[in-house]
Amino acid sequence: MPKETIAIIGNGISGITAARHIRKLSDKHIIVISSESEFFFSRTALMYVYMGHMKFEHTQPYEPWFWKKNRIELVQDHVEKVDHQKKKLLLKAGQPVSYDKLIIATGSRPNRFGWPGQDLKGVQGLYSKQELEQLERDAPDKETCTRAVIVGGGLIGIELAEMLRSRDIPVTFLVRESSFWNNVLPEGESQMINEHILEHHVDLRLSTNLVEILADDNGRARAVVTDKGDTIPCNLVGLTAGVSPNVDFLKNSGIALNKGVLVNRYLETNIPDVYAIGDCAEQEEAIGQRRTVEAVWYTGRMMGETVAHTLCGNRRKYNPGHWFNSAKFFDIEYQTYGWVRGEGSRPKEEGHFHWRHPQEKICITAAFHTDDRKFLGINTFGIRMRHEVVDRWLTEGKSIDHVMEHLRDANFDPEFYRTYEDQIVSAYNASFNTQIRPQKKSWRRILNYTGS
Amino acid sequence: MRTIKHIGLIIFLLGLTIFSTLPFLGTYSMSSSEIDQWVEQKRIKSELFAAALQEDVADRTFEGMMELSPVIEKNLEEANATHRKNREYDKVIYTKATDMAAEIGKQAGIGFIAEKKGLMWWATFGLGILGALMFILPNVILLGAKGIKNNGIYHQNATNRGWIAWGVFFYLIAFYLILYFRPQYAVNWTYLMDPISERLSGNQAGHWFVYGFMYCTVMVVMGVRMYIKYRHNRYQMIRTTSVLFFQIVFAFLIPEIMVRLQMPYYDFKNAFPLDYDFFFQWNLRSLINSGGIGIFILVWGIALTLVIVPVMVYFFGKRWYCSWVCGCGGLAETLGDPYRQHSSKTLLSWRIERWLVHGVLVFAVGMTLITLYSFFSETGTVLGIKTSGVQNAYSLFIGAIFAGVVGTGFYPIFGNRVWCRFGCPLAAYLGIVQRFKSRFRITTNGGQCISCGNCSTYCEQGIDVRAYAQKGENIIRASCVGCGICAAVCPRGVLKLENGPEKGRINPTEVLLGNDVNLMELVNRK
Repeated sequence: MPKETIAIIGNGISGITAARHIRKLSDKHIIVISSESEFFFSRTALMYVYMGHMKFEHTQPYEPWFWKKNRIELVQDHVEKVDHQKKKLLLKAGQPVSYDKLIIATGSRPNRFGWPGQDLKGVQGLYSKQELEQLERDAPDKETCTRAVIVGGGLIGIELAEMLRSRDIPVTFLVRESSFWNNVLPEGESQMINEHILEHHVDLRLSTNLVEILADDNGRARAVVTDKGDTIPCNLVGLTAGVSPNVDFLKNSGIALNKGVLVNRYLETNIPDVYAIGDCAEQEEAIGQRRTVEAVWYTGRMMGETVAHTLCGNRRKYNPGHWFNSAKFFDIEYQTYGWVRGEGSRPKEEGHFHWRHPQEKICITAAFHTDDRKFLGINTFGIRMRHEVVDRWLTEGKSIDHVMEHLRDANFDPEFYRTYEDQIVSAYNASFNTQIRPQKKSWRRILNYTGS
Repeated sequence: MRTIKHIGLIIFLLGLTIFSTLPFLGTYSMSSSEIDQWVEQKRIKSELFAAALQEDVADRTFEGMMELSPVIEKNLEEANATHRKNREYDKVIYTKATDMAAEIGKQAGIGFIAEKKGLMWWATFGLGILGALMFILPNVILLGAKGIKNNGIYHQNATNRGWIAWGVFFYLIAFYLILYFRPQYAVNWTYLMDPISERLSGNQAGHWFVYGFMYCTVMVVMGVRMYIKYRHNRYQMIRTTSVLFFQIVFAFLIPEIMVRLQMPYYDFKNAFPLDYDFFFQWNLRSLINSGGIGIFILVWGIALTLVIVPVMVYFFGKRWYCSWVCGCGGLAETLGDPYRQHSSKTLLSWRIERWLVHGVLVFAVGMTLITLYSFFSETGTVLGIKTSGVQNAYSLFIGAIFAGVVGTGFYPIFGNRVWCRFGCPLAAYLGIVQRFKSRFRITTNGGQCISCGNCSTYCEQGIDVRAYAQKGENIIRASCVGCGICAAVCPRGVLKLENGPEKGRINPTEVLLGNDVNLMELVNRK
């Protein structure tokens, strides 16, 4: 019997994780198709290439021999059409590829909301390798690019601002919200990031929307008009108002789409033997409080691992654990575990305890249920947390008091760093009229020794 | 601020240029009576060589070492050849010709360089230090808010293997070649250091004193750079302070003071087998003949290698030595920091590393066993192998070429830990302890890893840190020197160097945090 062929469209974290785990579990023929790059690279690291921290090759987690050694066939081509009846993929350049099972892992693309001028030269998102290369061409230095305007105050927006500032390019940052990312971050945190953005000499314009991008005679962006009536001259416009699933090539293919490719908990689409994972997949029903489309590195990786098990005869539900995420805003590291809501989306029963360092850009927000004081989640800025410990608190449904008492167990900052548990807990005691004394760090608890 | 930087750079280059031209300059002259005096003082028994010096050197003036050195080398070799032919072995001079030229040069220097020592010090070291600090200090402001500042490293010529990097590469190699193989050309440098050396040990400076002083100076200046660059990171601040302290106090000052107190030259921290000649006959004899302190050093040296170092590695990992105490490590962590990204991360280089570094360890231990056998049985050969031949081979290929010329010269192109990674026998030994019996590990928050590659890129030891981090696997590697930079550059807080219980050090990675699979089912399946 010939080996079963698994075709994977997309060589991002989801597709490659799936390929690796399928290889670990089986001897199937694996073929990965991508037009973006020859080898898998870390998309989230593209910014560091522009900033000169790394070369592009450093963003590739595996050496080129890895793919051959693990018999993962790589095809650099663009899939134009999926013919699920004949189980065939039509490629732009090469011969059609036949498959037995198909995994769609095509990721996202930057949103464009129909702004006038959004397709001009010098207007771009920041998602793909090609967009990085375009940025390198259009904004190589502050002489060529005398000002850049970034539209959209999310994670990619602030990363793009950091990138451009690393080359001293003046940046105007248009943010729709009244404070940076406050649809996600609680007020105090969002406020601190506003301050930090200004520290990096970014012209931050809150509650400001893009109306139109003006063109020069060559069809290049020359200025941006905002809803405040300002016209801002610029050479580059970064559109970073979120991303959406990259699924246009599947229209009319028979595979059910909404925003993304609709999948059930087993990551199966409406068509047998066709699966979708990562950014491009949309859960038919939301899992817990998660969004139906999650464009996050970690969830892509989890889905890749899950679908590999399913394809190798061990049908497994996609079952993400407690939510977590992280980011870096210029110099401030951010981690989140569990759910800590911004003002807009915060349920009544979600109480917050917020502490901010009087001078440094360091703060935390811990969320708890106001009825039973159950710990719901924590955001930290400038303090690293030990994932395993916080995850266990959430699983075991510990109270916020327990978390405060054992906060030292969760500290993951480098050795010799100043620690703030004493200040945090005394602020907590003052707010909630408690007498908690932070306990010493315990390896026994951290490593969860039971018995001996 | 940028103007200050540029002026600083010009001043630094001026100092460096003057320093670099010194080997080719200078006037040397000795009178006939000075030669007689020197011959007597040195107890040179070769009347042929003494006569030749009177004939060819006395009362002449030599412009530059290029003129003087060949004369001395030729005469020494001729005198030795004649003595050997006549079987007058007691008259043969065993000092190497190049060292002899250096010694005579030191006596014979006259003129500006030899007389204006203080001024020349300021024109070289002084300008160099001043210029470098002017270049570095404005970074306090230019780098902006504290945090990781690696912007532009791969855009800049000097840190991206451009022509400046290659220039530094060849310069460093040339410098080390002079230091190890042509010390006579370093004579002018020793004059600048005489005032400082005389104050410390009472002796005039030799070229190794120049090197020691320069080593400390470079480390301090580049340490200032580390303090500015990593001012947000207390681990790096404290670690930098530690390497500077051990270099200046232990490696540099204590041995000089010991000499002043008529004790053996010893720094109390350089452990065998990095200190490869600790068990050489001459050192053992010198220690045994130095009374109580000699015996103490002998016992301390043995305890350092057999007990103190491995016990400390058990508790803290090899970092306590390699990136907190060691001089080689200290230079790598200060002067070498701008080049740390150049270590190769390929699997192939890891393979080469394991063969090479353990090979050197075997070589060092084998050589020492032969040496000790020779010492106790008072023979010159073991199983037909000449002990001194083995020692000389090790000193030349490992001690001088690998540790010195390659070890530092290769910084700008191959990264700052070439010696520590591929050659240091002590690192190999500590690595074995660290790998199999230690509380040290780099814990990973694998769930939060985005595989960006900053950790691997900036690992000076060429460890593919990301390969572990993205699997959520703790990093337990023999070669890790615990510099802490991977944890510093990680944008997501994934890595933490720490000492903890051995149980749980090597962690299971079946499930990466995030995917909530049924653990019992997983366990039962196994």
